[in-house]
Amino acid sequence: MNAVSRNENQALSRAVLEIDVANHPGVMSHVVGLFSRRAYNVEGILCLPVGDGRQSRIWLLVNEDQRLPQMIRQVEKLEDVSAVRRHHADHAVFTDLEAFFQA
Amino acid sequence: MSDTPNETLTGAQITVRLLERQGVRLLTGYPGGAILPIYDALGQSTAIRHVLARHEQGAGFIAQGMARVSGEVAVCMASSGPGATNLLTAIADAKLDSIPLVAITGQVPKAMIGTDAFQEVDTYGLSVPITKHNFLVSSTEELLDVIPRAFAIAASGRPGPVLIDIPKDVQSRAIEVAAWPEPGRRKLPAAADGMALAEAASLIAAAKRPLLYLGGGVIHAGASELALELAEKSTLPTVMTLMALGAMPVDHPLSLGMLGMHGAPYTNLALDECDLLIAVGARFDDRATGKVAAFCPQAKIIHIDIDAAELDKIKTAHVGIVADVGEALSRLLPLVPANPRAEWNARIDALKAEHPQPLPGVHDPRSHFGLIQAVAACLDDDAIVATDVGQHQMWVAQAYPLRRPRQWLTSGGLGTMGFGVPAAIGAALAAPERTVVCFTGDGSILMNIQELVTAAEQRANVKIVLMNNAVLGLVHQQQTLFYGQRLFASEFQAMPDFVAAARALGIAAVDLDQAANPCAALADAFARPGPCLIHAGIDAEQKVYPMVPPGAANRDMIGAQA
Repeated sequence: MNAVSRNENQALSRAVLEIDVANHPGVMSHVVGLFSRRAYNVEGILCLPVGDGRQSRIWLLVNEDQRLPQMIRQVEKLEDVSAVRRHHADHAVFTDLEAFFQA
Repeated sequence: MSDTPNETLTGAQITVRLLERQGVRLLTGYPGGAILPIYDALGQSTAIRHVLARHEQGAGFIAQGMARVSGEVAVCMASSGPGATNLLTAIADAKLDSIPLVAITGQVPKAMIGTDAFQEVDTYGLSVPITKHNFLVSSTEELLDVIPRAFAIAASGRPGPVLIDIPKDVQSRAIEVAAWPEPGRRKLPAAADGMALAEAASLIAAAKRPLLYLGGGVIHAGASELALELAEKSTLPTVMTLMALGAMPVDHPLSLGMLGMHGAPYTNLALDECDLLIAVGARFDDRATGKVAAFCPQAKIIHIDIDAAELDKIKTAHVGIVADVGEALSRLLPLVPANPRAEWNARIDALKAEHPQPLPGVHDPRSHFGLIQAVAACLDDDAIVATDVGQHQMWVAQAYPLRRPRQWLTSGGLGTMGFGVPAAIGAALAAPERTVVCFTGDGSILMNIQELVTAAEQRANVKIVLMNNAVLGLVHQQQTLFYGQRLFASEFQAMPDFVAAARALGIAAVDLDQAANPCAALADAFARPGPCLIHAGIDAEQKVYPMVPPGAANRDMIGAQA
């Protein structure tokens, strides 16, 4: 078996979701609840307001799974979600944070 | 926004005014401390009639009955804490069956949220996974936005329940209202993709053995007539889910009735042979499909649904169309050529003749199927048929001649015992000109029997047919068939006198077991206006057949022999 770099391994097994949402106290539980009820682990979460603060952007790092397309459709159905974009796991949003997560 | 002079109103008055502006004329609920400002304002409303349930879950199902019969958003209310938690089952039931509800709950004052205040519970958090959307209203001003939005969300797209949790201080605070928002209405979805419709039409034209598979979405969309037109034009044999019963009259020549776990033998065998499945407003529920890999193994699939997340969820569609099914069908119809399909329909007729639905005792009104037939003989198609959950529900689904959409009210997705009586009351309140019959069992009725008092108080025209076998029938059946006949916790040791109980709760009651002529006693009960409990003992050994064992393929039915 050929050795794969960490990034390659992540790219094979993980995905990053970029989710535009309304910024209010319940929105995070709506989004992550869809994952937790399916026992689908969310590996990383990042959320900050954008623009005037009425909208937020949630970034999720999740495992690739055959259920992921269905998960994305379920997230898209949420009233507070305006857009979902899917990226590869090597997206800078999480890789640039690695320094903060050394054991 | 419409022009009116500025008014100073409390959040509670604003809530009631917004409900009036939505056109709400009837709602149901149960008061308590944290929702008293709204109840105080509701008491001043001359436009809205409030029906007091006897348990918040009863209120939730009364509202469901109203919504299922009318197709309009129905409203229920409860206080904080236990009031809200008692509503949750009815809300979850509405979510799974896509029923438009707005549930309004009182909450402790904002300053006390999070302090474990008296009757405080995280209603917002509890309702996240069982609502289409939910709100915790943080200011009185927000009500002007949230309430119309809640109605729009409940009614738009795939319908569903929306919960609005309103802290008591938000209800009590007065603000100046300069202008009122437009009532929230159903938003129209995007039109169906024309290319996909054309592709669907050519698949239908090319198919040798197509089947039309109708789900509850056809009822919600008011698209039953269009579905019938499509079936007739292309001579498509048609199966219905539990939720779609009534979309096509069951005695229509093209009807194959209900599919799935308790579908007729010929229905499931026809699905095994079809080469094209046209799913309309259906979601491939496991009770309908059985083992998914063995469901329609030879078929290509056209799937039309308003909810994009349903496409490819269980079965991958060859043509998937996200649209209002009525709009999609109306545009599909002219593209589909007329086709007599003589060979395929002859095959269907042969399956019907060789593998009929077993209906033992259908001519004996003291047997389960005979009782259902005898009740149907007392009623016409204007009647509404509600059920609880259990063997009686499946027998009625198999044997009652359902012929029109919104005639049939049953808890499909969640399968909630206790649904029947309050849902039937809600139906009778929403459609007072109709007779409502509610089939129930000795297990189910006890789960919301307190609502008989509501029926008495409202003089709701509800005839409750209690099929009493003194066991939890479906549990008894599964323990008998799959658990080595080890009956445990499914046989009731003590049995109330239901006839006396009904009378004690204020409604008329008749015991068919004591009647010399049960058909005459039934006709007599149906002829009298107002609520009535009709008690009938049935045999505990009777099973719901055929039955596909959980996880098995639909072709592997137990008890399929007539």
